[in-house]
Amino acid sequence: MPYQEVKLYQAGTFVVGNRLLDPDQRSVQARSERSNTLTSGHRACQGCGEALGARYALDAAMRATGGQLIAANATGCLEVFSTPFPESSWQLPWIHSLFGNAPAVATGVAAALKVKGRPDIRVVGQGGDGGTVDIGFACLSGMFERNDDVLYVCYDNEAYMNTGVQRSGATPPGARTATTKPVGGTPGNEFGQGKNVPLIAMAHEIPYVATATVAELRDLEYKVERAMEFRGARYLHVFVPCPLGWGSASRDTIRIARLAKETGLFPVFEAEQGEVVGASKIRRAVPVEEYLKLQRRYAHLFGPDGHPNVIERLQKQADRNIRRFGLLASTEEGGELPGAK
Amino acid sequence: MFQVRIHGRGGQGAVTAAEMLSVAAFAEGRHAQAFPSFGSERTGAPVVSFCRIDDAPIRNREPIAAPDALIVQDPTLLHQVDVFGGLPTEGSVLINSGKDPEGLGLSDLMQRLPDGRVLTVPATELAREHLGRPLPNAILLGGFAAFTRVVSLDSVLTAIARRFDGPIGERNAAGARAAHDYVRSRTEATSLA
Amino acid sequence: MLEQKEGSQAVAEAVARCRPEVICAYPISPQTHIVERLSDLVRVGKIDPCEFVSVESEFAAMSVAIGASATGARTYTATASQGLLFMVEALYNASGLGFPIVMTVANRAIGAPINIWNDHSDSMSQRDSGWIQLYAESNQEALDLHIQAYRLAEELSLPVMVCMDGFILTHAYEEVDVPGQDDVDSFLPPYEPRQVLDPSDPVTIGAMVGPEAFTEVKYLMHAKQMQALDSIPRIAEEFESAFGRPSGGLVRTYRADDAETIVVALGSVLGTIEDVVDELRDEGVKIGALAIKCFRPYPLGEVREALEDARRIVVLEKAFAVGAGGIVGQNVRLALSGMPARVYDVVAGLGGRSITKRSLHALFEDVLADRLESGRLHFLDLNSEIVQRELERAGKGRTGPHAENMLRDLGIVAARSH
Repeated sequence: MPYQEVKLYQAGTFVVGNRLLDPDQRSVQARSERSNTLTSGHRACQGCGEALGARYALDAAMRATGGQLIAANATGCLEVFSTPFPESSWQLPWIHSLFGNAPAVATGVAAALKVKGRPDIRVVGQGGDGGTVDIGFACLSGMFERNDDVLYVCYDNEAYMNTGVQRSGATPPGARTATTKPVGGTPGNEFGQGKNVPLIAMAHEIPYVATATVAELRDLEYKVERAMEFRGARYLHVFVPCPLGWGSASRDTIRIARLAKETGLFPVFEAEQGEVVGASKIRRAVPVEEYLKLQRRYAHLFGPDGHPNVIERLQKQADRNIRRFGLLASTEEGGELPGAK
Repeated sequence: MFQVRIHGRGGQGAVTAAEMLSVAAFAEGRHAQAFPSFGSERTGAPVVSFCRIDDAPIRNREPIAAPDALIVQDPTLLHQVDVFGGLPTEGSVLINSGKDPEGLGLSDLMQRLPDGRVLTVPATELAREHLGRPLPNAILLGGFAAFTRVVSLDSVLTAIARRFDGPIGERNAAGARAAHDYVRSRTEATSLA
Repeated sequence: MLEQKEGSQAVAEAVARCRPEVICAYPISPQTHIVERLSDLVRVGKIDPCEFVSVESEFAAMSVAIGASATGARTYTATASQGLLFMVEALYNASGLGFPIVMTVANRAIGAPINIWNDHSDSMSQRDSGWIQLYAESNQEALDLHIQAYRLAEELSLPVMVCMDGFILTHAYEEVDVPGQDDVDSFLPPYEPRQVLDPSDPVTIGAMVGPEAFTEVKYLMHAKQMQALDSIPRIAEEFESAFGRPSGGLVRTYRADDAETIVVALGSVLGTIEDVVDELRDEGVKIGALAIKCFRPYPLGEVREALEDARRIVVLEKAFAVGAGGIVGQNVRLALSGMPARVYDVVAGLGGRSITKRSLHALFEDVLADRLESGRLHFLDLNSEIVQRELERAGKGRTGPHAENMLRDLGIVAARSH
């Protein structure tokens, strides 16, 4: 992943102001000519991580493909808030078919483009975690197995948000959802660890798999652009907080996404052909509580009737991710800090 | 209309036989229809296939209940399955066997039918000889052509060539010719008697 | 060119001549020979350019078809029975969005109990899906209908389902005239989509539509399907001029002009029925037949016109509405409302049970002798004995599955030792 060394004059900020960067290093979002693929006027909630992620991802994809892009979208929040009849926020050719078939529809689009002799036009399939890890899973796996020329982006807010925050296969342990309430002594979503689709995608040995969050704009943009350098099946899993569903403040969306990475709960990495080729390092691992306490969906884990064992389990999960993906930047080994050339 | 019912076991090509017979009739400018009765396909399970041949277009699609002729590809079916159901007294039966009909326990049947209408031909042996494999279906059709004359040997050979490429086609054709000659010599002998 | 071919092969050749650009299908008996042949044709370059996508389910098949059709590709798929059901959500999506996909349905019974043989329960279950439904009587017609279907689908921007009886047609060898590529090209111009995903002119397809406009959208769907009632006969006529044989259309009558009794049916059973009609006519019985070739949209006017002078109508169908009665029967009654003819609803051929000339003769004799009650659903060749036994068994504790009990009664399944 590219880095540019910049002198920071402002302490305590993670954000590098554009004035400190070479113009050609500017993010897609910072450019006036960005496509604005998901344009304003859509009906997303204040602080919606998915709206942010979709805008970031698709603008980057449009730049990478010279605007030659078609999107197939699953049913879900993104589809619903972006196309309230008779309006549409989409400034690219876009189709919504069903909940469970976005990967297959994308496959069909790609097949048609191939036949038409238009390799210059690229295809993005996209959906939420529900449409990707659950109901769309068979179609996703089929698309991977055939190595269809599609970049599939999953915006993961860890539950079926559009229908009222019900549990999905991506819901993490301990989380409260409408169908995993912490009642009757149960600690919320007590089973499953959240289906790990990035690893499953890697098991299909597809050309490119990556995870990203809305906290790291440049990283996300880079990954989309990198994905577009490949042909064949590619998968991008984007962590997108949902203030409504998670019970978090709308202003905390980016902070929560950053904490997900910094705790190790959400490993940010890239893989090619089934092997990890890079990870976004954590400089200082943050205890999971810092992340959990910002979200009311985890409130029941704390306090006198709390479930410290669940918090412990989540911490173990985070620690395991750090170990497994080598997420901790190590100064002893030298040259592993972000920004080092 | 001439209706043929073919009895065999899965894997012996009874369905292909009916198809080839229909192609043979087609080659002579006649209308023909061939179709199997479908059970769960399984090697060794009894299979029945049908072929209708006519000069007028064929519309009826029911299974053949009253066949003018029967081909029995596997003699082990004779006393296990109702192979002769619906056969009229003037019906013809061609059985794949080296034994003669009496040896197969079919004396009663032969009494029900006029002379010469039940015949055996050792098609499996001919198949082993010509093909190196016990696949009697195309070979039996050669015998069938001589037996019923509803199609000519040439038409049968045309159908075989269309179905099987190269050496396999040639060997099947040779076997079919052999079966044709075998049956012809037997039926001539009988009619001279 | 006249050839002796298996029905599936004939359909594959027809589809190939239509120059499909994307073929996406999932195998299911009895459609497998069609897609196998198409796969071969694509591999050896006989259909070119074409992408053959081996999908992971029927739901994926129809979904890939939607994506491909939306991108302007002429698209084909095929299925039957359980597969058709598995793609139902996508079926409605395709018709709702107006994609001119053509699909072969190799008619097969729907389980449970699982049954791979022919009847019409699959396509009948989807008669309200917004797809046009055409029924082939023979392999020649099955071949012809696929070519007409693309013309129809692309003219109206609606998907079309060509129904052909599984095994009875798909696996039967009969002679077919396979048209030449040039002739098909003249009849079927390249696909010009009404809506297409194209970066040079972006559109949003598939937005949510609320109460303020949904009714209007559905009305337009209905209106469009009704247009097909004009398009279908016109296309059939053009087909006849181009290829020299009648094929398709809305309905076809056989010796029905002066008939007092008319038998109504769909699909391949009409061949057998016509043989019986001829035999009865030879005995002086004034009987005829009506083939319904297009079931959706429903050609109400044509059905009424064909049947209006008859005294007795026998509807012979290969499916029924459980708990309600006949399906085609209900539709026929609709056409005859206000008219005095008596309608007999007969269900036959379920799960692949053969419809024999003998049974048809007996049925028609019963009708003519007023031995059959009109207004009641009759099951041809029903084994009343075993049904009765099973009904008596019901309500007496743990009786086990019906099917297994009855198969045991029939001696098909060995009884358990006690």
